[in-house]
Amino acid sequence: MGLLSKKDAKLITDPLTDNNPITIQVLGICSALAITAELKASIVMSVSVLFVLGLGNVVISLMRNIIPSKIRIIVQLIVVATLVIIVDLVLKAFAYELSKTLSVFVGLIITNCIIMGRFEAFALGNGPWKSFLDGVGNSLGYAVILIIVGFFRELLGSGTLLGIQVLGDPIEKTGLYAFGYENNGFMLLSPMALIVVGLIIWVQRSRNQALIEEN
Amino acid sequence: MEHLELFFKSIFIDNMVFATFLGMCSYLAVSKKVTTAVGLGAAVIFVLAVTVPLNWLLDQYLLQEGALVWLGPEYADYDLSFLSFIMFIATIATMVQLVEIIVEKFSPSLYNSLGIFLPLIAVNCAILGGSLFMQSREIPSLGLALTYGVGSGIGWFLAILAIAAIREKIRYSSVPPALRGLGITFIITGLMAIGFMSFGGMLTGGDEETKEKNTEATLSNNLEKESKVITIDTAKKSEHEEVAVNIKETQN
Repeated sequence: MGLLSKKDAKLITDPLTDNNPITIQVLGICSALAITAELKASIVMSVSVLFVLGLGNVVISLMRNIIPSKIRIIVQLIVVATLVIIVDLVLKAFAYELSKTLSVFVGLIITNCIIMGRFEAFALGNGPWKSFLDGVGNSLGYAVILIIVGFFRELLGSGTLLGIQVLGDPIEKTGLYAFGYENNGFMLLSPMALIVVGLIIWVQRSRNQALIEEN
Repeated sequence: MEHLELFFKSIFIDNMVFATFLGMCSYLAVSKKVTTAVGLGAAVIFVLAVTVPLNWLLDQYLLQEGALVWLGPEYADYDLSFLSFIMFIATIATMVQLVEIIVEKFSPSLYNSLGIFLPLIAVNCAILGGSLFMQSREIPSLGLALTYGVGSGIGWFLAILAIAAIREKIRYSSVPPALRGLGITFIITGLMAIGFMSFGGMLTGGDEETKEKNTEATLSNNLEKESKVITIDTAKKSEHEEVAVNIKETQN
């Protein structure tokens, strides 16, 4: 870690596990779950959030001393909205099909609580470099959960990963399907995302007892 | 009739929480007690009922392609729809501020119990989501926009009320320690969402189903039509799978 001091590195690694934005801080669930039926959409969403949060944290951190605290929410919203418009236009220009799949959920990055939450909790009180690391760390923590959920839902739901059939061909009955395996279409429906996240939380908290909540 | 259909559709079938996962953050954070949940739910209904029609007007007369034509024929080519995120969120932030002032004035106890979550309604995805879905589903009139806003708000209210009641009771059950709190809430919400999916057939009975789906498809915009439909082996497409795809389409 030549580039990063130990404290800085912690900013990135902490949100990946013990301070994960989704499973521990309960932020950013809103737009996360609806688009995880496919791995590709999850990855694109993660990258978009990485861009918005990383850059937004820097911008807010640079402006933190000149924003009057009364109107800070509106200022933050404008910053996020601007960045999200950039993401939206870029997606529309270079990945039109995908931006149709994501539909309004790109716009909903604006109200993704991770972003506002990190602005409020971190960027308003820390320098730009640290805020950048915090933004990157938190969006990576977000990405980890999204990608795990997307992986399982696409694999079990349609037998593909990134659109490639990994379990054999369901029509030709090759691979696993030769043994009578069937895709579980239920995994593609939205409620399963919630249940998968619930199970991830279960696994995570069983492994780290300190995270268990009081009743 | 149109209004009634949209109203029930937005409450049950397109329920904000169970079908589109909007407003999840406050849904999970404020659902520990029924009384607070009711307060926040009421605030969401009110804010949605105000912002959706307001944003409909903005969309219709300012943002859409050709919307500026009332200024004169030379403005007919302007398309400001790329500004809609900023315009919508600004309207919402202003309205939330207003609600905050009103609640503080008339019900200080509610104001105290809602605490930090009132300003956070501004970043409640359900509010912006309501406006964005209103835009992408091309709701045709101001009255319908109001119906849609109120309906979605009530749907969200019902969801948070139900989960808060369940969470109050579940405190007396022996949940596995690692699932306590957040984990079990997620799983219960998932099960409730599966339950709400059964409302999918409510507006469409028997033979009318295909016809209904068609009108729905024309109503909803291209986004939904073109959104990825699961490719299904047509040879062994069972009725169940067909229903599942239909539900998925409507949800997208």
